[in-house]
Amino acid sequence: MKGIKNIFAGPWGIIGVGIMIGILAPLLQKWGNPGNMGVCVACFERDIAGALGLHRADVVQYIRPEIIGFVLGSLIAAYLFREFRPRLGSAPIVRFVLGVFAMIGALVFLGCPWRAALRLAGGDGNAILGLLGLIFGIWVGTLFLKGGYNLGRTQQTHHTAGWMLPLFMVGLLLLMLLFPQITGEAKSGVLFYSVKGPGSMHAPLLVSLVVGLLIGFLAQRSRFCTMGAIRDFVLFRQMHLLSGFIALIVTALVVNFILGQFKPGFDGQPVAHTMHLWNFLGMALSGLAFCLAGGCPGRQLFLAGEGDGDAAIFVMGMIFGAGIAHNFGLASSATGVGPYGIPAVAIGFAVCLFIGLTMRKNVA
Amino acid sequence: MAKTIDARGLSCPQPVLMTLEEIKAGRADEILVMVDNDASKENVSRAATSRGWKVADIRETDGVYNVMIRKD
Repeated sequence: MKGIKNIFAGPWGIIGVGIMIGILAPLLQKWGNPGNMGVCVACFERDIAGALGLHRADVVQYIRPEIIGFVLGSLIAAYLFREFRPRLGSAPIVRFVLGVFAMIGALVFLGCPWRAALRLAGGDGNAILGLLGLIFGIWVGTLFLKGGYNLGRTQQTHHTAGWMLPLFMVGLLLLMLLFPQITGEAKSGVLFYSVKGPGSMHAPLLVSLVVGLLIGFLAQRSRFCTMGAIRDFVLFRQMHLLSGFIALIVTALVVNFILGQFKPGFDGQPVAHTMHLWNFLGMALSGLAFCLAGGCPGRQLFLAGEGDGDAAIFVMGMIFGAGIAHNFGLASSATGVGPYGIPAVAIGFAVCLFIGLTMRKNVA
Repeated sequence: MAKTIDARGLSCPQPVLMTLEEIKAGRADEILVMVDNDASKENVSRAATSRGWKVADIRETDGVYNVMIRKD
């Protein structure tokens, strides 16, 4: 289907996709996902890490079909429109490390940029601090970009390499079907399932999967990216991706109003804490890491679906990061930051600064 | 005078950064930007038109897009 103009990549296309996601995400919440968490790439990858036993925080263990859908929906779109390009080789270990700290930062704030947008649209005032932090972190990233930072060229590779993450996602789906959730049981076969807490709150499997596939498809076509939205405005005063991000927020706000999911305030917000400084700094670390890695966590999943092995490595870094975040007490909770969350954020900034300042491979 | 930018294999925002840098440098009134994926092709085209340049031609050979932009 190459040659057909990509309507989703145009100015109205990206707004349309933002509107679609802004409708679907609050609906996922209505259908069972946790509060202000219709979609959260970081939280959901953390839940997957839990389901696999990479951490044992029993309130956040569930294989989120939305994540599976994002990758496979993107894969379908890429194949349909001949954009599946298996590639890798652009500083993979660096991307893995960036993924680890992007997840740690997100778990300090309790959300990725997608969730920050949805929290704002749900009336969670703490998300304001998060979004400000996100903007700050991305701004720092742009300073490195302007200074010549880049991770080097990627290379075309064998189709098999491009299929690894999609196959991993298919594997997760098969595990869910093989070891389905049993009401009241914390484990089914090899998989962990939360019986209480956010991990126990989820829309039906098929609903999550289908919505994920749809979003994956639309996001691949439109190149939707919540980090790029802010980065392109800061760097180039470009509003293209930002218009899609704003459309998402505004639409989700309206839909939340209609569904009775808008509850303004700072205290008592679902899966949120009120430590303003750490909401800001957690998202700042995340934003910086996403900027250095070239995409928000959603975008990394969509790229992985297109065969991008570098993005796939970043995704694995995030899942690994979630595992250690909960094992080491780095993740926040409703009461505030975790026991080692603050030093983890400091280390994260140091590592990202190191990467940003020194990775200047001459690609001219 | 034409300049060539090889942005193949570079992930966003590199192709746009390189293109806008060259536009700002003002050394050429015609720039050929080589990218190898559709998103970069779209981004470079959008960046060029945002600076008042024209996308004169896009030619694809073996998965590489040669995006020719011209000062308007």
